[in-house]
Amino acid sequence: MSRPRATALIAEDEPLLAASLHSDLVDLWPELQVLAQVGHGEAAVEQALALRPDLVFLDIRMPGLGGIEAAQAIGEDWPEGHQLPLLVFVTAYDQYALQAFEHAAIDYVLKPVHQDRLAKTCVRLQAALAAIRAAPHPSDSNAAALEQLRSLLAATGIAAPPASPLTVIQASIGTTIHFVPIDEVLYFEAADKYIRVMTAAREYLIRISLRQLLPQLDPRVYWQIHRGTVVRCDAVAAALRDESGRMQLKLRQRPELLSVSRLYAHLFKPM
Amino acid sequence: MHPPSQNDYKTLLKRAAASLVFSVLFGATLALVREQNLWYSILYSLCIGLICWFCIDVGRLVVARALPAPPGVAPNRNWPGWLWMIVLIVVGSAFAYSSGTLLGDWLTGSRSSNLFSAGSLRESLTLLLFAFVPAVIVTYFFYSRGVLADRIAAAEAAQRLAAESRLKLLEAQLEPHMLFNTLANLRVLITRDPVRAQAMLDQLIAFLRATLGASRLGAHSLRAEFDRLADYLALVQVRMADRLTVVLELPEALAAIKIPPLLLQPLVENCVKHGLEPAIAGGRIEIKATREGEDLLLSVRDTGVGLAAGSSPPTGADPAGGQFGLAQVRERLGTLYGAQASLSLASAPDADGGTLVVVRLPLKVR
Repeated sequence: MSRPRATALIAEDEPLLAASLHSDLVDLWPELQVLAQVGHGEAAVEQALALRPDLVFLDIRMPGLGGIEAAQAIGEDWPEGHQLPLLVFVTAYDQYALQAFEHAAIDYVLKPVHQDRLAKTCVRLQAALAAIRAAPHPSDSNAAALEQLRSLLAATGIAAPPASPLTVIQASIGTTIHFVPIDEVLYFEAADKYIRVMTAAREYLIRISLRQLLPQLDPRVYWQIHRGTVVRCDAVAAALRDESGRMQLKLRQRPELLSVSRLYAHLFKPM
Repeated sequence: MHPPSQNDYKTLLKRAAASLVFSVLFGATLALVREQNLWYSILYSLCIGLICWFCIDVGRLVVARALPAPPGVAPNRNWPGWLWMIVLIVVGSAFAYSSGTLLGDWLTGSRSSNLFSAGSLRESLTLLLFAFVPAVIVTYFFYSRGVLADRIAAAEAAQRLAAESRLKLLEAQLEPHMLFNTLANLRVLITRDPVRAQAMLDQLIAFLRATLGASRLGAHSLRAEFDRLADYLALVQVRMADRLTVVLELPEALAAIKIPPLLLQPLVENCVKHGLEPAIAGGRIEIKATREGEDLLLSVRDTGVGLAAGSSPPTGADPAGGQFGLAQVRERLGTLYGAQASLSLASAPDADGGTLVVVRLPLKVR
């Protein structure tokens, strides 16, 4: 039986560098099939989910979603039962990110890309792919990949500038600025360039990204459960699993259910 | 009050050694002048001198530690002020003279006249001068050495601070991410398109030369400023390709006006880094010079993601965002032109969006 060819996706916003990485990979790994080359984070997520490559090369700084956010989205939305891709980050200069990669033992390549270094990375990736294909249960290697991603996200979270915890949310509706005590907020949900702030009675919109907001929330009280959702832990009444294995949260004071991504499902275990 | 540090003890010991040497020299000089026994004279001088050192210098440390430092004196100097020192010197030298003489008598087994056995008050005071005058001289010597050491330390600290801020400025101008990305592109071009690679290298050289020389040069023409910005943007354009459109407008009548070198560079960099690079479709950057009455207006505008969204940097980017660049330009304007110059940052007023920065400079510096 002939083994299927390994496939890859390249996400890099600078066209020259993308083309060069592509040709270097072809030289070093002739069997590798590059399925697509994309120029921003959103396209990377979309193409990764559509094409399901074995490898994804992600530039850290891209327009729209950065490489790490794209990796998180891929990890969360990857279809159940399929093997997660191996991630390789590409960066020019980013001390914090490099520390995070070392910490999570995730592969990275520095720009300008050095052939020897890329060759070593290819050898490591080939070995990892062979190990995954030889494994009896794909879910085992997926669990390891998710753990790696989790520790990467935790490590990049540490690099965020520390801020004192917020006590009130100031949200404008028309010309009025509403002061919402933080204790009344049941959950935050990212919506395009805004965050929806949900209390028991109503919702507010604030113009800030979840990434900026997160460091200002007390992590013991507010739990991230999805790349776009942060919930107040004592607002949760129950965690349920539906028939497809997805976890959802029932809230005490609101009717809607909140989805928990597989990156955060480990938070909801019986004591 | 806190216990003396190891450094304080070191200073004490050094001064004790200096007092010892001084006492030997003083005793020898006195013996030669008064034609007395050299060894006896040195012995008495040592006894008096070392007790004197003990009373004054240890006394200084104790008093300085017990009292708050006088105004204008660093607490770690251990200097209680001249008033206290004069008290210490008068009391200390009187005590040192009388007890030092007794100690000398005891060691040599002889008996010399002391303060109290001297015939008159005048004689007593004359004798006392032999301890008092050297004590004042030595104390002043130590004091001026301390002041000098402080000045040297302060000068060194100021120099270190200046070097650090220069380094920080340079690091901000030669943004490492931009530099490594440019080099990565250059590396690719060398094999694919050597002619373009050479052109890119020339632009990089011009950009580096301008950046490294900017702090030394007092002013350059607006033409030179626009040329350097064009070099920088050409480098960015290699990386962003058709995602970046550049518009530079410099009327010929304004080209010769002198401005501080690379004044606009941080503003242009902000546009690229926080406005256009994060925008998926990229956009346009417009740099224009216009004249308004007696003022020169320099505007830098992009059609990028705009102020609210652009403030969210990707993972690991500098947390200060574009604040450092803006603060730096404001500071330069303030130093050079005072209230005559200004900088405004706002969302661009038309439908294309993005941000608009306007720098206003006086054409004639008052």
